[in-house]
Amino acid sequence: MNCQQVTRLLSDAQERQLSLKERAALKVHTMMCYGCRNFGQQMGSLRELTREYVKGAQGTSSNEDVADTDKDGENN
Amino acid sequence: MKSEQPPVTETEDSNNIKLTDPVYLKELRVLMLKFATLQLSDEALAEDAVQEALIGALKNAGSFNRRSAMKTWVFAILKNKIADVLRKRQRTVEASRLLRDNEDGENLDELFNSKGFWQVDERPAAWSQPMESVKSEHFWRVFETCLSGLPENQSRLFMMREFIELDSTEICENLSITTSNLHVMLYRARLRLRECLENHWFSEGERS
Repeated sequence: MNCQQVTRLLSDAQERQLSLKERAALKVHTMMCYGCRNFGQQMGSLRELTREYVKGAQGTSSNEDVADTDKDGENN
Repeated sequence: MKSEQPPVTETEDSNNIKLTDPVYLKELRVLMLKFATLQLSDEALAEDAVQEALIGALKNAGSFNRRSAMKTWVFAILKNKIADVLRKRQRTVEASRLLRDNEDGENLDELFNSKGFWQVDERPAAWSQPMESVKSEHFWRVFETCLSGLPENQSRLFMMREFIELDSTEICENLSITTSNLHVMLYRARLRLRECLENHWFSEGERS
């Protein structure tokens, strides 16, 4: 697999459970390729950062607020 | 009657900022509208969602004394409104429009060489302590700029998935696109977004 295929899989891993074969191939590739290894970590960061975005950048006092909001919106 | 007046300073953190501050309200509304329009691609629907979210927020305006908390609150309400609209609406955005992004020959060659390996100067660097960034207002400005720099359809899908947190199945049903289409679009959005964040924040941010 090349980096383009590997990065696609690393993105897909955010969406679905990868197959055993896919995971094995990823492992082999990322062991050797630090670019893709970094990319893989960044996929997780990107998701976390985006979720922080709605919580507010300095959400020290906003935990309660967010909890209230969930009630308000009935986010089934 | 003469209560002690705190000095009025217009810093980002100044206390007692309420939705009654017309300047702040106006700025916030513009941001919300931008976001809702991007999500719904319908100005009238976006207006409604923003309106409702603001009314909802006003009911509780008294309990906020920091801009960041207020913004969080209002956007969280808006997010829920948008999710409702998206759920109710079937196929309003035709798949053909969404898929145009696939065809406009977006150039991945800049990132990868002809064999599909990273171009040397595009290879992702390690981000040290990425979650530390959430404390920085500047980071969020970079983030917003990067997000709005994506092709419209990509950023909309990315936000539906990651911000509104609809799951893949729901998005695909709503927009009548296939899972693999969705995954391609999300992949492209993530490629671009991470590149932008790295170039404009994480590689520079190390300094500060």
